[in-house]
Amino acid sequence: MPIPNPEELKTRLEAALPGVRVEVFPNPAVPAQSSLLIAPAEAVAVAKFLQDEPQLRLDMCSNVTGVDWPDREEKVKVKQLVDGVEKEVEEVRRHPGCLEAVYHLYSVALKQGPVILRQRTANRTDDTAVASLTPVWRGCEFQEREAYDLFGIRFTGHPDLRRILMWDEFKDHPMRKDYVEPDDYEYEPTPHDEVLDRAKAHYPAPEVKA
Amino acid sequence: MIDEGLRNELAKQGVVATSLQELYNWGRSNSVWPLSFGLACCAIEMIAASMSKWDISRFGSEVFRPSPRQADLMIVAGTVTKKMAPQVVRLYNQMAEPKYVIAMGACAISGGPFKQGYNVLKGIDRLLPVDVHIPGCPPRPEALLHALVTLQEKIAKQELTGPNRPRHLRADLPSEFPVPEYGEHDLVPAKNETLWQPEPVVRAG
Repeated sequence: MPIPNPEELKTRLEAALPGVRVEVFPNPAVPAQSSLLIAPAEAVAVAKFLQDEPQLRLDMCSNVTGVDWPDREEKVKVKQLVDGVEKEVEEVRRHPGCLEAVYHLYSVALKQGPVILRQRTANRTDDTAVASLTPVWRGCEFQEREAYDLFGIRFTGHPDLRRILMWDEFKDHPMRKDYVEPDDYEYEPTPHDEVLDRAKAHYPAPEVKA
Repeated sequence: MIDEGLRNELAKQGVVATSLQELYNWGRSNSVWPLSFGLACCAIEMIAASMSKWDISRFGSEVFRPSPRQADLMIVAGTVTKKMAPQVVRLYNQMAEPKYVIAMGACAISGGPFKQGYNVLKGIDRLLPVDVHIPGCPPRPEALLHALVTLQEKIAKQELTGPNRPRHLRADLPSEFPVPEYGEHDLVPAKNETLWQPEPVVRAG
């Protein structure tokens, strides 16, 4: 029996767990692997259902990763009445950014998958918590630590949330879009593009001819 | 110094004439014991070089020591991540003089394909004095053997007295180097300024 498509999964989830909000997050690319966007507060309940449901039996979490959605501005043309005349006015809409944790789930027992889950944080700065799914799939532990290390997503309910790749004293989250790397471009044998621009700032000043 | 022709004549008669320096360097350069220590895929080539097909024991270096106290040579075989760099320097500091370093592969030389990444040191020569660099990604075992022979030639040429004598015979030069600490954004210090002094880059435009 093939895995149900995301719309079907959404209706089944909402029927089985009353009050749960599930949003289908479409993927317009060729693989068309649409995912289910779930709220962090309900994530553990949804995960347990997906694991226990006899027709799904998603017993393996193969991958946990993060996505950084920076704050963005969108310019939209809106028709407005100005002095009684309808005119097109440009309006700037701000979309606040967030961080996303993405889980790829497979069923080894039924040889099917993947089902993709997404959780979003409230923002990118002070409220970056989502629910940890390590209590459901033990294999998430290290991968959630990696997402915490590189993206700064805090997984509430994680048994041991520490950095895993970078050292404990490290303060940044290198996979975020606004990560600023250390400026150590003093010696670049074959620089090009952006590296060339950054290396040039460290070149010795040209000698002034008298 | 004895005349080269006379020495050859004596050798034909079964008389070996040598100097203490030559004997000392001959002994040292033919038993360079490496520290068994690999960081990435270059270590696989290093292991291949120690196996029967390339057989590093032909050059007296088959005794890979598990302890830095017994090793003469550190082969930095692979990517040095910033998290690993302090341990690499600490191992070097624990080795007894005279000690040598071969930087094997693009990563150990410069960071290689990971050069602009956030987590990789841009070459071990920022923290340690490197004697021989081997380019390649990874270098073949022959390249490692070539580096070893290059190092042996370098050792054989060392003078035991005079101003050009090597570091282990000079009390004023350090045999240990500062271990960098984990900082909030990078290693502190990210490089050893007394050691890492590249030629200034001069380019048109």
